[in-house]
Amino acid sequence: MTESHPLRRIETYALVAIGGFAGANLRYLAALLAPGLAGTLAANVLGSLALGFVLYEAIYAGVLAPETRSVVSTGFLSSFTTYSTFALQSAQSPPGLLVANVVGTYAFGFAGVLTGRALARRAVDRWGGPGDADADESGGEPAP
Amino acid sequence: MSLLPAPDPTTLDPAHLVGAGGALGALARHEVARRIGSRPFPFSTLVVNVLGTFALGLATFVGLDGSALLFVGTGACGAFTTFSSFAFETVRLWETGERARAAANALGNLVGAGAALGAAWLLAAALG
Repeated sequence: MTESHPLRRIETYALVAIGGFAGANLRYLAALLAPGLAGTLAANVLGSLALGFVLYEAIYAGVLAPETRSVVSTGFLSSFTTYSTFALQSAQSPPGLLVANVVGTYAFGFAGVLTGRALARRAVDRWGGPGDADADESGGEPAP
Repeated sequence: MSLLPAPDPTTLDPAHLVGAGGALGALARHEVARRIGSRPFPFSTLVVNVLGTFALGLATFVGLDGSALLFVGTGACGAFTTFSSFAFETVRLWETGERARAAANALGNLVGAGAALGAAWLLAAALG
């Protein structure tokens, strides 16, 4: 497996670290713009939607390169979203808000993944899988 | 003796603190995922979420603040734990017919994180 080559391992670590640096910072920005529960909720829902798109694209077609998936999913999006802050902020809220935040974050987070899945499905249906792009270049409908 | 002045953490850019913590957290999560794996049950995400929530709880309950909390809490713990992977894995289990595992995952992360916060609170109280 090429994944076991030392340079590939180092490459993956570097991409994950860069993604983590950027993802954590974007979450920090969200927390500055919308302090408290709202910023965390927004990061978790948007991140779940984007991760749903990236990972279902991999399942449906796999046009995006594995290196892109490493940096975007394991690095950026998984660091952009957070469970620890969600758990701590929920625990520090009054009981009614605690329940609402847990139920709301779960519901909107799962809905985000499903929305990402639907977008990936549409993108693959519209633009095709790997190899279809070459067919387009040799006389098919130009990609929109 | 050093030729360079010792870095003063209070003057570090918050983005550098959060970013450096985030990079470390993401690398640690990647290592856990490589070692534990996620089939047939996404244990690796459960482990990072419970451990990371414990660490964030402990950091908060012992009174960490300012630059230290940005680095450890917002950066490292925030990035080490993940909601998006948890949500994707739960949806994926559900849609592939593994509904009991999906429910166990959704509930397990919540109960695990809650227990981790309780343990962190007790430890912080014992320490201080």
